[in-house]
Amino acid sequence: MAQIVGGVITSHIPAIGNAITNKLQEDPYWKPLFDGYAKAREWMESVEPDIVVVVYNDHGLNFFLDKMPTFAIGAASEYHNADEGWGLATLHSFEGDIEFSWHLIEKMIPAGIDLTICQEMLIDHGFIVPMSVMWSHLPAWPVKAVPFAVNTVLMPVPTAQRCFDVGVELGKAIASYPEDKKVVIFGTGGMSHQLSGERAGFINKQFDRAYMDKIIDRPEELCRLTHTELIQQAGAEGIELIMWLVMRGALGKSVNVVHRNYELPISNTGSGIMVMEQA
Amino acid sequence: MVWAKHDYDDIPGTYVFDGRRSAMGYPINKMCMSFNHDENRQEFNANPRAYCEKFGLSEEQTQAVLDNDWLRIVQLGGNIYYLAKLGIAGGGGTVQSMGAQMTGMTVDDFKAKLFAYREE
Repeated sequence: MAQIVGGVITSHIPAIGNAITNKLQEDPYWKPLFDGYAKAREWMESVEPDIVVVVYNDHGLNFFLDKMPTFAIGAASEYHNADEGWGLATLHSFEGDIEFSWHLIEKMIPAGIDLTICQEMLIDHGFIVPMSVMWSHLPAWPVKAVPFAVNTVLMPVPTAQRCFDVGVELGKAIASYPEDKKVVIFGTGGMSHQLSGERAGFINKQFDRAYMDKIIDRPEELCRLTHTELIQQAGAEGIELIMWLVMRGALGKSVNVVHRNYELPISNTGSGIMVMEQA
Repeated sequence: MVWAKHDYDDIPGTYVFDGRRSAMGYPINKMCMSFNHDENRQEFNANPRAYCEKFGLSEEQTQAVLDNDWLRIVQLGGNIYYLAKLGIAGGGGTVQSMGAQMTGMTVDDFKAKLFAYREE
């Protein structure tokens, strides 16, 4: 049977991707952030996952406002990156696992999670930056991947509670896959940031730290946050933090934290990384 | 016909991207989406006004684009994730310099403000 060996929650700021491309890991501004990922990489090397499910939001590469699925899952043998118009280097493709993807789809939709099924799906920095911080030092991606996109761009986005509940079903679906596969779930995005309006440049360190504390053993408190509360406290784009709850929901009732780190400002944001295992 | 009110409408300095803004800003954001292709970035730069017309931007939206007036573009329905492509394509800014302009700050002051959060 497949086993969830852990979960990672991490920011997916495009500037981190540029810093990797430009080899700025030792630069004084970037060093604390990349050092903060070293323990996560060590953990990843120790668990050696076969498959990663990456919960992220598309920022205008695969999806546009013409059709905006609330939750979408990839069911392809390969996922390509492409020019996002953001000035990021285009990275090499990821291998998918079609049978695993369809297993998730066939378990989750009957359980009430109405996913949009994507047999072609371009993956953008929201997906790739978390992969790059883990594995850009390797010549090839060492895992197969399933992209799991959440609308965090166009309101109304799903509620925090709904993201958690989707995660619960995702976790059950993974655990019921008959093949022996080790699976890691990534919840990405955030933390507090606001990119536009007169309040652009808003960061809330206290909120971010509390969010990282609560997601360990009080995720139900985070599930009760309304969109307005999230936007007020984490900034307009800080609403991406709902995606962390998909990962947390999948991990089950209690977790052990293997590693956590928080840095700010990274570009316009507070940037967090946490690694968890099921307790 | 009226647009529904939302409790997020009153958050100061914040333009939550919802149906009303997405309907209003659709031509802007669709134009920005086209900048995923380099040939479109080049076509825009060769004649920005004509390119805006091709996507059906209103005169007000077109003028805001030509002026790189980011706050105005956001008020007229632009979404920052798509605008980032316009900033890069037209050379008018990065997400950080756009943020600085929208807050009426220099980029250096904007960065200093971000660093100041460390001390909180």
